[in-house]
Amino acid sequence: MTGKGVGARLPRKEDRRFLLGQGEYVANIRLPGMLEVAFVRSPMAHGRIQAIKKPSGLESLVFTAEDLDGVKPIRAVSALKGFKPSEQPILARDKVRQVGELVAMCVAQTRAESEDLADLTEISLEELPAVVDMLEARLNPPALVHEDWGDNVFLESLVDDDLSSIQREAKVQIKRQIRTARQHMSPMEGRGVVCEWNRRLGQLVMYSAAQMPHINRAGLAECLGIDQGSIRVVAPDVGGGFGYKGILLPEEVALAWLCRRLGRPVRWIEDRREQLSANANCREHHYDLTLYADAGGKILGIDCEATVDSGAYSSYPFSACLEAAQVGSILPGPYKMDRYRCRTWSVATNKAPILPYRGVARTGVCFALELMIDAAARELGIEPHEMRLANLVQPSEMPFNNITKKHFDSGDYPEAVRRAADMIGLTKIRERQKNKEKSERRIGVGFSIYCEQAAHGTSVYYGWGIPMVPGYEQCAARLTPDGVLELRIGAHSHGQGMETTLAQVANTILGIDPDSVRLIHGDTALTPYSTGTWGSRSMVMSGGAVAAACDAIGARVKAIASKLLEVAAADLTLDSGFVCVAGTDRRLSLAEVAHVWYRKPQLLPADVDPAGLETTAGYKAKVDTGTFSYACHAAAVAVDTETGHVEILDYVIVEDGGTLVNPMIADGQVYGGTAQGVGTALYEEMPFDAQGQPLATTLADYLLPSATEVPAMRIDHLETSSPYTRFGQKGIGEGGAIAPPSAIANAVNDALAPLGVEITESPLTPRRIVEALLKVGQ
Amino acid sequence: MKAPAFDYARPRDVAEAVKLLAEGGRPAAGTQSLGPMLNLRVAHPTLLVDLRGIEELRSVSEGESAVTLGACITHAQIEDRKVPDPTGGMMPSVAASIAYRAVRNRGTIGGSLAHADPAADWPTALTLLNAVVLIEGSKGKRETPVESFVTGIFTTVLAPDELVVALRIPKRSRRARYGYWKFCRKAGEFANAIGAVLDDPETNESRAVMGALSGPPRLVKDARTFEDAVMTFNAAHTGEDAYSRRLHTVALKRAFAQIQ
Repeated sequence: MTGKGVGARLPRKEDRRFLLGQGEYVANIRLPGMLEVAFVRSPMAHGRIQAIKKPSGLESLVFTAEDLDGVKPIRAVSALKGFKPSEQPILARDKVRQVGELVAMCVAQTRAESEDLADLTEISLEELPAVVDMLEARLNPPALVHEDWGDNVFLESLVDDDLSSIQREAKVQIKRQIRTARQHMSPMEGRGVVCEWNRRLGQLVMYSAAQMPHINRAGLAECLGIDQGSIRVVAPDVGGGFGYKGILLPEEVALAWLCRRLGRPVRWIEDRREQLSANANCREHHYDLTLYADAGGKILGIDCEATVDSGAYSSYPFSACLEAAQVGSILPGPYKMDRYRCRTWSVATNKAPILPYRGVARTGVCFALELMIDAAARELGIEPHEMRLANLVQPSEMPFNNITKKHFDSGDYPEAVRRAADMIGLTKIRERQKNKEKSERRIGVGFSIYCEQAAHGTSVYYGWGIPMVPGYEQCAARLTPDGVLELRIGAHSHGQGMETTLAQVANTILGIDPDSVRLIHGDTALTPYSTGTWGSRSMVMSGGAVAAACDAIGARVKAIASKLLEVAAADLTLDSGFVCVAGTDRRLSLAEVAHVWYRKPQLLPADVDPAGLETTAGYKAKVDTGTFSYACHAAAVAVDTETGHVEILDYVIVEDGGTLVNPMIADGQVYGGTAQGVGTALYEEMPFDAQGQPLATTLADYLLPSATEVPAMRIDHLETSSPYTRFGQKGIGEGGAIAPPSAIANAVNDALAPLGVEITESPLTPRRIVEALLKVGQ
Repeated sequence: MKAPAFDYARPRDVAEAVKLLAEGGRPAAGTQSLGPMLNLRVAHPTLLVDLRGIEELRSVSEGESAVTLGACITHAQIEDRKVPDPTGGMMPSVAASIAYRAVRNRGTIGGSLAHADPAADWPTALTLLNAVVLIEGSKGKRETPVESFVTGIFTTVLAPDELVVALRIPKRSRRARYGYWKFCRKAGEFANAIGAVLDDPETNESRAVMGALSGPPRLVKDARTFEDAVMTFNAAHTGEDAYSRRLHTVALKRAFAQIQ
């Protein structure tokens, strides 16, 4: 480790341009002759299209499904047995299946004028019964979202087991129904697309706010029926992704078609209302759970029936089954148990498709299981953190295969719980609870632990059979004639700080100053193929690829230097940007070596390796089931039993992200994720009425936590290196968002337990809390 | 979310503004509510009459028994005590709790009252303060107490060609005490419930107001105690569910607690 390499708290290189307002986003791009697009969207959740009437005299500026010659719908399949794929039309053809579905595309000089055209376009719909509630959709459907299916189920999955023995042995059986609200992803920047057809190259150039540009390209090629070489996707600066920007949107396909048809660049910038009501929905789970435990709190087994509201369509590339089927495999997490049965349903409804949001299914699973642990602990009269300690995998058992065969690489889970209990001051809080404060103010403490499988690769994903299976990750590296190291990667950095952390990796291998490293990413024409940035994978995968490329460049530099210095390459070392002859003060800078290679090749002997200072190297982990980072979160809250308001008094996190490449950036990931988790716990909810109308279509109705609602959290790090990655690093991008809902709900339930109240639905709004209190006469 | 096309006028006096309103214009001041409504295309004015160029609407006068604030005085001016305060601190503290500073910099007291969002602060606070609305229209000038100005959700007694010109707010004695407590889901949001009380022994006034209801604010004029006030409210309750009743009762109780 050097002062600027892996492990250094290096300030982010990219921050200068962001803080000075010099970032460039899709909405900053203005191409000559560019036109603006607005969409006519379905006002109805479920209806049959009877007619679409374009505005008279302006027909040539409005496009419907009839106009889209040769454009195929978006199909995100899964090879899981029984999966029913949907066809998501680019513009709706016979039916609309969600409010906000695209029906027509209008183009004009300005966005306001294209919205005028949208207002003038008339659509006649025959209303069909809306499928709104996921349980009703499955058990007693009012209608079929996809009529040829025969039911509303994308996929049913079962992890089966015989529970009869534990049903006999269990001292307690805890049963709960647990629900998590439909939510909405809210990156600061929404989606946005600028498309232009380059006639010289015969190529579509799409600028899109995308976190997986190579996957957008693959999906576009399938829908447009053109080869991938005819498409270039550029993702400039992207203002947050969280999963939403990993999805191929119908809007992207529509604009790609339109720019070629019109012969002019076109642009669509998503507004917040489109994003809220039509596009960025996520997470709506229902759990019917039974937990079996012995008198000492040891978990004997779990029985789960989980339903996930997947919305109207299977989204590209992750499909409609990722969320629910994952519930089946990840529910037990780091807990040991003898038996486990889980049945899941991915259910189609007349709502926006749910998309993978930071933590994906884990946030719901963690909420469900961690609430069950606390309910059992209360029933048995044990401290909740003791119940966790009694059931967590021990460090001596690592690596560990849990009951669903998840392979845990490393870690000390009990230590995280013990430290969190200590940091939050559990003993003092228990004392404080005994001395009642004002009668309407109740104090509670809650814990939550989770694991986050990250950078999981081929062996995990091929079984899903979705359009994308991650394999090998590459980095193309080049030392320029003046000694700058260019790194090209196919993943994308949109908040992760990879311009800094990957430069730190290069510094560790080559000794080069991070300021002399330039990361090139976000352009399919300039970078190696990659599935992109998702699943907390980039630091492991792109980090591994950059290390491999730097190894190769280092060997090339040494080979050239050995000719110039007339010593064996084995006697050379790389240090602080120099190639040094070991044991002497003779050295050459990387720039000097590069200068000779490019500008003075006459100085090199005939037998020099002609491959030069440019190379592509790849990476795949030896064991590709992923890294398991984890954390224990603990929250202390005060609940106002008169208003239902929850105040977070203290919040602590004990996190294990393995070797931290940049501890400051890792903390930033934890802070940001936890802020989102506070939103999930207390504020964020996308409700629908009985006709399937979304009721939170502006940020006045969809409440996001802001600075005043986010607690000053305290973070402690365990650093158990992963045995499977290049530096021992683990993916940690999502973790912060996973635990807060359950930690906070457990704290609220701890506060309200003496009143006989337990909340099992998120978010824990004042209304839910007060209504629960009213129900018991409080 | 771009506003539909509309014409724009910036009159220089009230008479000209009223004339434009009579021709179908819609008044605009701070545009903190109207702006989003335009962009969401729920408001479709053909002519927007920008009142910010009218000196009279930004004027302030102080008499012996009352302060008169022009309708275009901003929340921030009240918060910063840039205008006379007849309430010994109550109005600045209410102003400071409205939304965010960026909203307060532009939002106006007259605009907020005329918009009559039940969850906004001024309809409740000005009802408590027994303020009088000064109105001017095609047919001349008139006055009405705030308590009869707001008639429902987003509705007032204003005719389409009338304008709120100013608010006349009575001065209170030094012994007057105020309680104002509101419940918001998070900082800067509109309130779910507001409780407001005023006790001035010198004028022998005991007023209580419940705000952020599904209708105009409710006033009890002789509210000596929380118990009296809440009984009057409970008797008249309409349209609020159990949760909302609970919040409003608590807001009122806590407002009373502030003056105990």
